[in-house]
Amino acid sequence: MKKINKSTKNNLITYGIVVIAYVIVMLLNVTGHISSLMEGLLVPLCIYVILAVSLNLVVGILGELSIGHAGFMCVGAFSGAFFSMCMKEAMPAMARFLLALVIGAVCAAACGMLIGVPVLRLKGDYLAIVTLAFGEIIKNLMNVLYIGKDSRGFHVSTKDMIALGLEPGGKTIINGPQGITGTPHDASFTIGIILVLLTLFIILNLVHSRDGRAIMAIRDNRIAAESIGINVMKYKMMAFTISASIAGVAGVLYAHNLSTLTALPKNFGYNMSIMILVYVVLGGIGNIRGSVIAAVVLTLLPEMLRGLSDYRMLIYAIVLIGLMLFNWSPKAIALREKYSLRRILGKTGTKNVSENRTEE
Amino acid sequence: MKKQLSMVVAAAMVAAALAGCGSSASDAGTENADTVTENADAGTAEDAGESADAGSGGTFKIGGIGPVTGAAAVYGQAVKNAAQLAVDEINAAGGINGAMIEFNFQDDEHDAEKAVNAYNTLKDWNMQMLLGTVTSTPCTAVVEKTHEDNLFQLTPSGSAVESIQYDNAFRVCFSDPNQGTASAQYIGENKLATKVAIIYNSSDVYSSGIYQTFAAEAGNQGIEIVSAEAFTADSNTDFSVQLQKAKDSGAELVFLPIYYTEASIILGQADKMGYAPIFFGCDGLDGILAVEDFDTALAEGVMLLTPFAADAEDELTQNFVKAYQENFGDIPNQFAADAYDGIYAMKAAIEKAGVTPDMSASDICDALKVSMTEITIDGLTGAGMTWNADGEPNKEPKAVKITDGAYAAM
Amino acid sequence: MSFISYLINGISLGSVYAIIALGYTMVYGIAKMLNFAHGDVIMIGSYVVFVMVSGMGLSPILAVIVSMAVCTVLGITIERVAYKPLRMAASPLAVLITAIGVSYLLQNIALLIFSANPKSFKSVVTIPTVSLAEGQLMISGETIVTIAACIIIMTGLTLFIKKTKAGQAMLAVSEDKGAAQLMGINVNGTIALTFAIGSALAAIAGVLLCSTYPSLTPYTGAMPGIKAFVAAVFGGIGSVPGAMIGGILLGIIEILSKAYISSQMADAIVFAVLIVVLLVKPTGILGREIQEKV
Repeated sequence: MKKINKSTKNNLITYGIVVIAYVIVMLLNVTGHISSLMEGLLVPLCIYVILAVSLNLVVGILGELSIGHAGFMCVGAFSGAFFSMCMKEAMPAMARFLLALVIGAVCAAACGMLIGVPVLRLKGDYLAIVTLAFGEIIKNLMNVLYIGKDSRGFHVSTKDMIALGLEPGGKTIINGPQGITGTPHDASFTIGIILVLLTLFIILNLVHSRDGRAIMAIRDNRIAAESIGINVMKYKMMAFTISASIAGVAGVLYAHNLSTLTALPKNFGYNMSIMILVYVVLGGIGNIRGSVIAAVVLTLLPEMLRGLSDYRMLIYAIVLIGLMLFNWSPKAIALREKYSLRRILGKTGTKNVSENRTEE
Repeated sequence: MKKQLSMVVAAAMVAAALAGCGSSASDAGTENADTVTENADAGTAEDAGESADAGSGGTFKIGGIGPVTGAAAVYGQAVKNAAQLAVDEINAAGGINGAMIEFNFQDDEHDAEKAVNAYNTLKDWNMQMLLGTVTSTPCTAVVEKTHEDNLFQLTPSGSAVESIQYDNAFRVCFSDPNQGTASAQYIGENKLATKVAIIYNSSDVYSSGIYQTFAAEAGNQGIEIVSAEAFTADSNTDFSVQLQKAKDSGAELVFLPIYYTEASIILGQADKMGYAPIFFGCDGLDGILAVEDFDTALAEGVMLLTPFAADAEDELTQNFVKAYQENFGDIPNQFAADAYDGIYAMKAAIEKAGVTPDMSASDICDALKVSMTEITIDGLTGAGMTWNADGEPNKEPKAVKITDGAYAAM
Repeated sequence: MSFISYLINGISLGSVYAIIALGYTMVYGIAKMLNFAHGDVIMIGSYVVFVMVSGMGLSPILAVIVSMAVCTVLGITIERVAYKPLRMAASPLAVLITAIGVSYLLQNIALLIFSANPKSFKSVVTIPTVSLAEGQLMISGETIVTIAACIIIMTGLTLFIKKTKAGQAMLAVSEDKGAAQLMGINVNGTIALTFAIGSALAAIAGVLLCSTYPSLTPYTGAMPGIKAFVAAVFGGIGSVPGAMIGGILLGIIEILSKAYISSQMADAIVFAVLIVVLLVKPTGILGREIQEKV
């Protein structure tokens, strides 16, 4: 057998973790060994993994700070759910959901491009604040959007439902702050896992391709990259758009997992964008597998802490700070190195340690 | 390359994940036994877990869901506290037909997804009835699940129409359309004003729901809406523009279909502007006098349609307010009153239907669905409350006016 | 006439943003980190004043001084425990995330102690409302005090940075930590001092915020905190006069878009203006252009 190249092996481990997790959960499910809480968390886990991995493309691989990722998710969620609502009776569930996924991805990608063209000229915190602004704009617009449908076609208003002027019997599809109600429950864990694998496949392949190397070259030294003929704008746009469209897919999944879709600060505001960023940073910037694990751990953590009742979110905050210090502080890293398993086992494998973005 | 996980980080994260899985696995393990019995008793109505204390009449497991952290925490905390108070009272008085109540309240952070998680947690706990959820959007998501599982749900305060769209769901509060229409009718019939300005929260389901039905009914009542200005959860500190527009448009009455948190700021700012129209609100305004350190003179003359007033004279309200203050330190608001009534309504419905704690959640639901429409309750939020099969309560909103820092009936 | 009235309201709201933004920009300039917990320090400071004035009946001035002391200690503690260990971390994002953790922590501590019930904050300002043009224009005492405080703090900070040794040390640290250390500057001490000043400013900002908009909950600081962050970037983050200009402009834009375009879409308009401004002037209004070197 040919010796597998190291990065391929690494990727296979990542896929393997996801597949094994899926098999274990399915086995538990079949034998009835899974709690309702865990069962209900499966699809959200997939959603957050997809979001974290897609944001890692921008933050980790491209090296730009984005705190408006929930905005793309919001666009995907609303466009996908809108399509599903219109086609609720007209199409079989599976085909409708697949189309909704595509539509969500395309709409989010379009938004990514729209915002990307001007925005990617900015740098650092200024770029971050503009992505935040974009997310908030999307959330605000979704809250004032009213769309109804009757025999004369679609009616759109940004004022209120009365302004739609629907005929009797007309149906409101997007009802301002109440959003979309009655979205079909099409999302399932299997679809979620397939989408996770697809996301990993896209991102990992991109990273290890020529394009991916160009993107990382821009991250590490933009001027040097430009000087050897890399089209900075093109590659920045590429990373940004791909990331946005995957977030859109996660949004569609989100919309089809709950029967109600509203753009609240909690689910599509900057709070959510920051939460996704937390997954990425905690898992290791630029580290795809780390994002997957961090997203899973941080989504499960508050649910596992439910027994603490009033102290739940307090403990969550403390654990978050503790994990960050443990994972990132140079002192903690040195300590861990000293007492690491490899050291104890007498191997010389510490060269991997803190290799995240070492080329800076 | 750089994408590689540092081994140590991996080890830490996997350990953390395993710890998470470990606890979840053990949870799943213990819960598994419950789930299996639950599945079994869905058909045979025998609950191994509960039979242990069947001698003392068993225990009803009532779950509750609402936001106790996050920006909407004030509403969830009120419901949690008041429901616990009602449960303790009932248990102290001998329970429901000798059966005790166990109450378990879970946080949903005012988020639909978290609410479903909370619901599933309660399901793992073998909940038999649900008091919740407190806010509308999560309620709409959860009602879908309770409908699937055929579990009895009574929301104290989820006021959107869709929040109780199935026959297993009821509510204690008024629905949004109901309040909007009732407000317009009250203003029209009592000739309070013909020019009305509205300030509402366009990012909130409750507020925009009332605004829309009010606007639709206003025309029928000869009310002219001269200004309708919105604010959002992200810009809810400054209301000078909305008030200025109301003032410039010559409105005699400003309708505030919002919660008292924002209303207290609006009243203060109006006072500073020297603008003093009639302020008229819905049940969300109730609680304004209880805001700690609030200058009640600002609220002088404010009218609201509310089913509950914390300083009402009747014995029931006074006892409730006293007990609530002793236990939790705050004056209860309308959410607390709704929750308190909700628990007693459940008690009445259980007694009427004669259900026992050893029945499955689904059987209890089928029985309560019917008995809920047959009971009549004298509660904090209304005397002689009844429910129809749609789940809507039948009670009279009381119009009250704030005079000398207290609510007075009109 | 109503335009002038809106303008005054805008300046009033903007001055509150500005005073919070000063704390943000101060910390950013030296520590190069976005202190997401700043808004929550403001909230804690306001609760301290609330307890002092309403609970213990102390005089407002004394309460503000106590609150500043509490916030200073809090700020330094947060810096020591949560931020300092990560100062040398591989990515500057690490400390941003811890700041978010600290923000959750402060909110939940306040939630446990004070519950979510809003407290009505008694204004500490005793200056009466000024009435102009026969009652057509009203300028509240709080607005006057906030603007005055804003100008005093801005001037004070500028002088402090320019004229004192500690201020010069701050400049040096913000320019180049390593070089500053070699010049014998106590880098850790300077950063701690920055957090101390920033947190003391947060206490003042909290009192003025809650005096103008008197509803205090554990989440009071979060939204103004984010808006002030936007304001600080708007004005050019790291620049002290920029924070003030950014804050006041943001307030005016917010009020005017509510008044003349749409109150429903005010948030979207404010952020859209922000994007346009940053596209024209990519480092904010008073931000420095930094030439990239190879």
